[in-house]
Amino acid sequence: MTRIASGAHLVARPIEAERAAERVGGLLDHSLLSRASLPLLVLLAALPAVAGAFNETFYVGVASRILIFALAATSLNLILGFGGMVSFGHAAFVGIGAYAVGILMNAGVATAWIAWPVAMLASALFALLIGAVSLRTKGVYFIMITLAFAQMLYYLMVSLKAYGGEDGLSLSARSSLGLGLDLGSEATFYYVVLLLVMATIVVVQRLLNARFGHALQAIRENEARMAAIGFPVYRHKLIAFTVAGAMAGLAGALLANQSGFVSPALLQWSQSGMLMIMVILGGVGQLYGGVAGAVVFLLLEEVLAARTIHWQFGLGAALLAVVLLAPNGLMGLRRKRGAQ
Amino acid sequence: MSAVLLHVDGLVKRFGGLTATDHVHIEVRTGEVHALIGPNGAGKTTLIHQISGAIAPDKGRIRFDGVDVTELPIHRRVLFGLARSYQITSVFKRLSVLDNVALAVQACDGRGRRFWRAASAERARYDEAAGVAERVGLGGRLGHVAGLLAHGEQRQLEVGLALATRPKLVLLDEPMAGMGPDESERMVALLQSLRGAATLLLVEHDMNAVFRLADRVSTLVSGKVIACGTSDEIRNHPEVKRAYLGDEAEEAAA
Amino acid sequence: MNGILIVEQSLNGLQFGLMLFLLAAGLTLVFGIMDMINLAHGSLYMIGAYLIATIAAASNSFWLGLLAGVAGTALIGLVLEVTVLRRLYQRDHLAQVLGTFAILLMSNETVRMIWGSQPIPLSPPLALAGPIELLPGLSYPAYRLLIIGVGLFVALLLYVLVTRTRFGMHVRAGAANREMALSMGVNVQRLFTAVFAFGAALCAIAGGMLGPLLAVQVGMGESILILAFVVIVIGGIGSIRGALIGALLVGLVDTGGRMLIPMLFGYLMSPDTAASAGPAVASILIYLLMAGVLFCKPQGLFPARG
Repeated sequence: MTRIASGAHLVARPIEAERAAERVGGLLDHSLLSRASLPLLVLLAALPAVAGAFNETFYVGVASRILIFALAATSLNLILGFGGMVSFGHAAFVGIGAYAVGILMNAGVATAWIAWPVAMLASALFALLIGAVSLRTKGVYFIMITLAFAQMLYYLMVSLKAYGGEDGLSLSARSSLGLGLDLGSEATFYYVVLLLVMATIVVVQRLLNARFGHALQAIRENEARMAAIGFPVYRHKLIAFTVAGAMAGLAGALLANQSGFVSPALLQWSQSGMLMIMVILGGVGQLYGGVAGAVVFLLLEEVLAARTIHWQFGLGAALLAVVLLAPNGLMGLRRKRGAQ
Repeated sequence: MSAVLLHVDGLVKRFGGLTATDHVHIEVRTGEVHALIGPNGAGKTTLIHQISGAIAPDKGRIRFDGVDVTELPIHRRVLFGLARSYQITSVFKRLSVLDNVALAVQACDGRGRRFWRAASAERARYDEAAGVAERVGLGGRLGHVAGLLAHGEQRQLEVGLALATRPKLVLLDEPMAGMGPDESERMVALLQSLRGAATLLLVEHDMNAVFRLADRVSTLVSGKVIACGTSDEIRNHPEVKRAYLGDEAEEAAA
Repeated sequence: MNGILIVEQSLNGLQFGLMLFLLAAGLTLVFGIMDMINLAHGSLYMIGAYLIATIAAASNSFWLGLLAGVAGTALIGLVLEVTVLRRLYQRDHLAQVLGTFAILLMSNETVRMIWGSQPIPLSPPLALAGPIELLPGLSYPAYRLLIIGVGLFVALLLYVLVTRTRFGMHVRAGAANREMALSMGVNVQRLFTAVFAFGAALCAIAGGMLGPLLAVQVGMGESILILAFVVIVIGGIGSIRGALIGALLVGLVDTGGRMLIPMLFGYLMSPDTAASAGPAVASILIYLLMAGVLFCKPQGLFPARG
């Protein structure tokens, strides 16, 4: 059987080949934006020290919470922004991770080295099962099916009296990390969270720029064509969905530690909605979209709530302004400013 | 006589009361350009959908390169070497021409799923993609965004995507759809240049192009293959003439 | 199990279903014709309930309150469409989610600013405050019968409107194929505004009718919004007939389930398990219903688009 000759033989003239290499990637590749993100990272690292100096350690806890939601939103962005899968049940995976930690803690397993991986595994497993069924559907039906599954899990946790039912579970303490680190200290916990968020961003970036990520994003662009050129689309989506679920589980584990409390409210559809809002706000399909969205959303909440009891109005107005003025979310504004 | 690459055997497809594919039997030989013609509504696209795997037939088998692919999903058939281009252009509009073709190369590159190493650094793959793009006449357009190409160039990219998967057989669904005379000429030249490199099953309305390109022609009318032979045989086939010209004769008389 | 109980619960399910239909009809039209996901739909329901409650209390007439409140909400819907929502039609669904969510937040807060956080009362008309004896031994609240009556009347009205009027024809054309409707000369802008205002009016009717039964308070829109989305997915997006059937199904299944499941569980398992598992399973029943419908008919029961 003759096969078509490999393109390399038909040679593009050398000049073409070089120009070709420069142009590759385009929409599919994502940069860590080190010029902006590294200084920001330094600032973030200095936060506990600064807060300590002003005797406002409360804000370190607030910052931890914001970073945890940044992690959760990033995990949703992976499937929503980069994979084109609008999941309305993502909070369920966060909740499962949180419950895993809470249940283990109450059963006497306090070490993070077991509890946190278990949380990620549990969430990944549920994501695999739910994804396996849901990903057979598309469009608004996918949205509603993922919502339905999340609601089922929510009502399940409400009914499980053994795990606190509607009232939820309290954690006696934060997970123990060993290594001489005490997660009970806000500053230590903050640094651990910051490290994990950083690591997740790097993992997501490598994933997106790798073959798998290119394929995933191309599936978002034109799913039918991807199948027609030979990609196992369903498999790619399911892997992405499961990985996102695992990341959400990690966020859940951290959230359980941060608040010391887990309840079914974590799995409610309104929580999934809030995560979606963060991703859309920050920029769907932008590497830092989840982070930007979570940070701006929660900071706005904090700042406005401190100034007026009617802060929700201000938040709504701000979100509306973003929708009308920044069509690609906050991170999408970057391209406009960067000329080119 | 070269071997049969694609063997469509007794294919049947019904939509409610309509039989779109009526016990179709087609053989495409390795290395040939085989055209599929027929009046509008004959069921050509439905047949192509079944061969590529987009629709499942009600009855019959499809054998490709010795393998029974009837139950296989689309993407698995591509890995066996059965590629397809679409009548309505379906490319990655927001990506560059090079990225478009490089994706198609990636699918059949067979090196499994990579999760960590940067895909853009794979020079060999992009070089191969550039080569394929050059082959379909888009060598000078590598960095252009696909959605902004002229219609004819987008159709060239359509073919390019199919070619990049290193196919044994390419199903071309009206490659010249919506093209003016110049663009059609370019496409005919392109398809002629593929002779020997891949087997082609070509669905087309442009009779001029069909008779110039095709080694053999199958004629589909109301879901049935009424004739199969060389261009000359088909051109002079009474039933084919009736199917096509019958309507025109009625119109002329009216 | 009591025959009377069954009739009672069926009537309750019918009543709830019909009110859900009012919400779902507007939602499915907006989604089907303008292709817009509107999370603020529940806010119109809430605003309607508040307006009706306030005017009814001030004028001491439920009916005046209903009439004026519905008109007021339709007007608010119209203004909303013309000023903000119109800009979202061309955007993708995610942008619409963000935009309408923003409006939801602002609506909730505006209502809170005007009326406070506590629920406000809305009393049914005095004449209908008591029960009516339908059959010997079967007493049913007169007000709930009114709700059923209003619901059926509006459903009939909608049927006539959609199938017998020019407006209805444009609506059906728009739902089936927007581009085609455009090219046939339908004044799209005015049609959209009219559809939206009409949907708002329907929300207000539902809000006003359900107000005396459920609480009129901030956030009342969110919980029912989710049900409305389930209804239109079951019924088929863009189809009013689908919205009706879907709503009735959801209303009956939800109401029936909440009575039957705990009872059933009580027979099958220990009272403790039944007490906790019963309500949980009853709550997820409608989602199971939706999943089941989508499994057999992936586009819903009566998809408007071919």
